[in-house]
Amino acid sequence: MDWKGRDVISVRDFSKEDIEFVLKVAERLETELNEKGSLDYAKGKILATLFFEPSTRTRLSFESAMHRLGGSVIGFSSASSTSVKKGESLADTIKTVEQYSDVIVIRHSMEGAARLAAEVADIPVINAGDGSNQHPTQTLLDLYTIKRAFGRIDGLTIGLLGDLKYGRTVHSLAEALAFYDVELYLISPELLRMPKHIVEELRERGVRVHETTDLEGTIPELDVLYVTRIQRERFPDEQEYLKVKGSYQVNCAVLKRAKESLRIMHPLPRVDEIHPEVDRTEHALYFRQVFSGVPVRMALLGLTLGVL
Amino acid sequence: MAELKVTAIREGTVIDHIPAGKGLKVIEILRLNRPNGGVLLLASNVHSGKLGRKDIVKIEGRFLSEEEVNKIALIAPTATVNIVRDYRVAEKFKVEIPDKITGILRCANPNCVSNHEYTVSKFYVVSREPLKVRCHYCERTMEEEEILGNL
Ligand SMILES: [Zn+2]
Repeated sequence: MDWKGRDVISVRDFSKEDIEFVLKVAERLETELNEKGSLDYAKGKILATLFFEPSTRTRLSFESAMHRLGGSVIGFSSASSTSVKKGESLADTIKTVEQYSDVIVIRHSMEGAARLAAEVADIPVINAGDGSNQHPTQTLLDLYTIKRAFGRIDGLTIGLLGDLKYGRTVHSLAEALAFYDVELYLISPELLRMPKHIVEELRERGVRVHETTDLEGTIPELDVLYVTRIQRERFPDEQEYLKVKGSYQVNCAVLKRAKESLRIMHPLPRVDEIHPEVDRTEHALYFRQVFSGVPVRMALLGLTLGVL
Repeated sequence: MAELKVTAIREGTVIDHIPAGKGLKVIEILRLNRPNGGVLLLASNVHSGKLGRKDIVKIEGRFLSEEEVNKIALIAPTATVNIVRDYRVAEKFKVEIPDKITGILRCANPNCVSNHEYTVSKFYVVSREPLKVRCHYCERTMEEEEILGNL
């Protein structure tokens, strides 16, 4: 697969080989970064970060990745400061910005916006979240985090906890995990179960899937517990939200039953689903997970720019 | 009841066995009702041994490609297409749902970029029985009822 000029829009566009390749490159870059402090593969290259919808963490992670690759960054962090407000089409914004840059990272509230941007632009486009659809770099960094922590993904038992209905992150993570030999526990309130079509697809692809509402009974089985926030803004109905809000909390009492090697992940930000007392335990992997975003995004930027 | 006679055409396309009442929609999807188009004939509620009642559309002087005609498979899966040359049927085929549906279907997701920006809509057929398609942009799937409502 030639990565130069390739767009990164959806986990659906990736094969297992693609994923493994990105993870391997990320690992190489992380090692090099540890040795040299900074790299210069992308020297002279410019990344444009177009955040039509604000997401400070994701934007900072991409910017950090580009700087660590030796490149520079331009962009905006909300649509209100751009000509979009004056009614400019997304296609025109993209065509303009590509004159100033070598790669584009886009975050947009509309589903499919990144795909459209990629069709319009001649330079590579990386999706940093399009509405409730995709956030592929998050999925790749999740996989990278697991691989770095365990040395493998195959053979692990992984629990996905929280909002499995509206959670974009867990949908694409589950889809990507289907490439591997894993056992999945889907732990959620009844109201927030993983959509049926995804569960069916996982089973068809040979994943052993268990659906449950019981965190405490499941926790002894797990190698990885991936916790998600129950997001108020995703609920069409406030009453529905109030029924499930605070359904689960991972704290030291719950973790008494866990394997010593259990690692807890979370795409962050968290509210109250993981107690801060967990941070100091060996189980906490979520800050390491944040760090993983940098080498993974460096790999994607470098590969699509064709400089690695 | 006597069978309705429709003038035979010399050259063009005859779309037969359209479910009764869907003829107009077929014309709309294939954009046959352009002012500069050729002669267009629609016969509605024609008696049919197979369907009970059916619609027939005849287009004089235009040869529709198989791909073009396959678009109507979504609303008229029973349709057959005859290419007529010199009053004779030169080619005949049944419509089939294509792998990709371009330009005729609107996405049912109100937050899909294709409903806000200039795009040509594109869907991939995920399954034919039951009919299920996936939007190229927002990746959401639509099933039969939603598809018919957004044609
Ligand atoms: Zn769509």
